[in-house]
Parts: sequence; C-alpha cells; structure tokens
Amino acid sequence: MTTTARAPLGAPARARFDVERVRADFPLLQQRVADGRPLVYLDNAATTQKPRQVIDAISRFYSEDNANIHRGVYDLCERATRLYEGARIRTARFVNAGDDREIVFVRGTTEGVNLVAQSFCKPRLAAGDEVLVSAMEHHSNIVPWQLICGEKGARLRVIPMNERGELVLDGLDALLGPRTRMVAVGHVSNALGTINPVKEIVARAHAKGIPVLVDGAQALPHLRVDVRDLGCDFYAASGHKVFGPTGIGFLYGTLEHLEAMPPYQGGGDMIRSVSFAGTTYAPPPARFEAGTPNIAGAVGMAAALEYVGALDWEAVVAHEAELLAHATQALTAVPGLRIIGTAAEKVGVVSFVLEGAHAHDVGTIVDQDGVAVRTGHHCAQPVMEFFGIPATARASFAFYNTHAEVDALASAVARVREVLG
Amino acid sequence: MPELRELYQQVIVDHNRNPRHRGRPAHHTHEAAGDNPLCGDRITVFVDVEGGVIRDIGFEGAGCAISTASASLMTSAVVGKPVEEAERLFAAFHSMVVDPAAPADPRALGKLAAFAGVRGFPARVKCANLAWHTLHAALRADGERVSTE
Repeated sequence: MTTTARAPLGAPARARFDVERVRADFPLLQQRVADGRPLVYLDNAATTQKPRQVIDAISRFYSEDNANIHRGVYDLCERATRLYEGARIRTARFVNAGDDREIVFVRGTTEGVNLVAQSFCKPRLAAGDEVLVSAMEHHSNIVPWQLICGEKGARLRVIPMNERGELVLDGLDALLGPRTRMVAVGHVSNALGTINPVKEIVARAHAKGIPVLVDGAQALPHLRVDVRDLGCDFYAASGHKVFGPTGIGFLYGTLEHLEAMPPYQGGGDMIRSVSFAGTTYAPPPARFEAGTPNIAGAVGMAAALEYVGALDWEAVVAHEAELLAHATQALTAVPGLRIIGTAAEKVGVVSFVLEGAHAHDVGTIVDQDGVAVRTGHHCAQPVMEFFGIPATARASFAFYNTHAEVDALASAVARVREVLG
Repeated sequence: MPELRELYQQVIVDHNRNPRHRGRPAHHTHEAAGDNPLCGDRITVFVDVEGGVIRDIGFEGAGCAISTASASLMTSAVVGKPVEEAERLFAAFHSMVVDPAAPADPRALGKLAAFAGVRGFPARVKCANLAWHTLHAALRADGERVSTE
C-alpha cells in the first residue's frame, strides 16, 4: 500500500494543515442548524461534502459543454467526449493505473464489484469452488459473491478478524486453497476504520495464482492509492466518497483481464458491430459502459480527484491522524462508552456503543447539538454480529473536520445519558 | 428543531429503563416477530387471548429507547382489553405518530399520548410503531414476520 511519501530528514517543518481555508471551499459546511450552532458533519464514510470546484465543474458542464459523447461529428460533442475521456485519464493517473483503458466508469463501488462478480468470476466458477472475502466486508462486497456462489454451487469463505477489528492472516495460506477462484477484500472497513494489509493479501493470493478485487470505497478519501503498487487485479471505488458526485465511480481492472471478459450489460456504445446474426463487442473500457453514461458525474468526479490531488497530502494525513487520536481520547473519556474497532492501522472512523443507550437514541440526541453521525449496522451486519451488538454510532472524519468539531461530538455524546435518565 | 424533551418524555424514559411485561408469558395463544432492519431493533410479542380478550401479554427483544418504551407502554395499555379495543388503540396510536394533524387525545390514548413527540422526529416513527405492528400481526396470527421496511 502506498500512502504518502515521508519528508526527507532535515527538511524544514511543514506548515500545519490550514483547515479553515479548506472548509471555505465547501458551501454546505457553512450552514448552521436551527438554533444557530454550526453544523458538525461527521458522516463522511456515508458520503462526503462537495467543494465549490466540483459543484462548478458539474454546473459548467451542463451550462456550456453538454452533449452526448462519442460518434457525434459536431464540435460540442467533441468537447463533451474530450471531457469524459479526460476524466478517465485523470482517474487513471490518480490511482496510478498503467493505461487509461483500465478505468471503467460505473455507478459506484457496488456496481464495480457486481461487474467483476458477473463478468470475470462467474464464468470461472464451478460447483465446489470458493470465493474468499473478509469478516469486515460491507454488504456490497458480500452479496454479489453470494449471488454467483448460489448460482454455481460454490462456497463463500471468510478471512477472520480479531477483537480489535484487524484481519487475522495466520491462516490465510490455508484459506487460499486449490478451489479458491477469487479474493475480494476491503481496503478500509467502513464500520471499523481498519486499514487492511491488502498488498500482502494480493501477494499471497497471487503466489497461488488467485486474482484479487479490492473494494476501495473507504480508502480513496484517506489514502493515496497506487493500484500497480498494490498489484491487485481489480480496484473499485465511488466518486461520492471522495468529494465527488453520487452515481459515478470507477472500476480499475488490468487490461489483460478486461480484454478477456464478456460484457456486463448490453446496449449502445459497447459494441463494435450489431446485426441480427450476431454482435461483436467493443474493446474495454467501452465494452463495459453500455448506454449513455453519467457524463457530468465523470466530469465532477475528475474535478474532485483534481481537488484532492492538489492538497498537501502529507499535511492531510497528519491532520486526520490528529483528529482520530483526539476523538478516540475524548470519546473514551465518556463514562460507559466503548469504541468498536481499535486496529493499530485506522483511518478517521470511530464506531462506538454507549452502555444503556441504543445507537439510534445516541444519533437523535447528538443531532440536537447539530452533530451528524450515522447509527445502525452500517451495511456490515456480520461485523455487528461478531461484536455481539445490534448497532453502533459512528463518527467518520474528513480532512475538513476540526478539533472544535471533535469537542462538540464528545460533549453531545456525554449528554446522552442525561437525556435518557 | 423540535425539543428532545418532547421525544424523551419522562414516561418514555421510565418505561425504557424499567420495561413492563418483558418476557414470555406462562401461556400464549398468539405470537409474532418484528424487526426494523434499519436500526436492528427486534421484537417478539406473545399474546394470550381468551374469549376475545387479551388475558396476558409479553415481549422479548432489543431496541432503542423509543421502541422499548413503546412495547412496554403498549403491553400495559392492552392487557385485559378486548382484541377490538387493542386494534382501535393501534389505529389511534398509528395516526398520532404519523399524522401531524391528528390530535394526541389523552382520553383516548392515556399514557400512549406521550409518543406524540415522535412526530417531530420522522426517522424515529418506525421505532414507535414496531411493537404495535408486531402485536397487530400476532392478533391476525398469519405468522408473517413483520418488518417496518
């Protein structure tokens, strides 16, 4: 995994991350809740807010450049096509793909996983084969595999985790058996914040010739991702988790795999030629982009990646680590509070339970102080089951969050037991 | 923004801390399970009906303060009442928590009127309704699992 390059020894100390300057880019964060308090948005693992640069890019596309892409001969179509394909190039560069044809635009991570399950994995799957996922997967990296396993009589197996919410890799080589046809693992857990050692998992799977998909939905906003360094076969992510619009994401797949895969959906733009006798398909990525795609979404996502790419990443990483340390310490000080997910390697996600209070009550009560956190099972019911809890409250941070917001969260949470008597 | 005290009224806080009729009654004729998949609340309601009257009732399950208090207050309200009376209370309760125009009539609803504050918190209406939907299913005895989704 590539995160951030360390500054060389002896380099001058870097300026602290200027969070107020960054916040000024996010119009939504300027709002106040009903009683005049600032909104404290701590649900970034669900979706992130969008900077002006992204909103403007989408608005500009519809105001000035909108046309359907490909095959038009007029200038406007050329322009729209250039922007859409430019977004692909920017996305490829952002994750260091070797070739922009390795980036397929999809609706989001979920569609990316389903595409790989249906087009890549299912044809290779026979009765008795196995697909390996981890114990901390989001439902969207479980159900697509269950669907094809059910259809083919294959078995879904699970890499276990420990009480801190870290994957236990001791038995991984045994789990990677002769019938394992695919490994699908999350880069970062949405419910626990754990950063998984995906580079190691890829290496150990590849040693046995087993392909690996990485669900990167939660990683992209926090880590610099280098798909070639990871060595994975597929990497799926969503635009809206990384300060871009909803309804757009990408699937990275090696050209070798994509070229060998049958189409996922049929329609316009994914063909080479069609006749009633038969159809030949376009090469990737077009083969997997049937129908008019989310053009403005791709443009918006590219603007988001450009925005993130221009940040002083080392300062971002340091700021987020400080927020996580602060939140962990401040919440741990609340009587009866237990943090769920205490891995050594974590992003800024703090899931917790409070003795005598259900997560839903916590969510409603802190909302009165303008603090937005998510409550529930976070689409990771097996994780809740593992910890023997129905739900957690989860605060998840982005680089635009502040230490004052961490304090607001902690004091709002401390009030919960007061309200519940 | 509506006040928290309107939602977490004293009677609700009390019934959450000390739920009445928790557990399975010694004998029951009807039961149903319900869940609220969004927040993981689960409840099973057991009813002992004899001669059209709810002789005994109990519930098991885990949920938030609103769903637990609602189950506790519901079981307290319907025990000893004819089934038709329980169904009438269900209808009155349901319209109180979902319809901003419906009056929270303390004469008709008694302590259940404490849940009128739920109207200000749309995300919590399902929590208040879960026990009632489950009771309704148990009385109809069609054995179907109830879900608020």
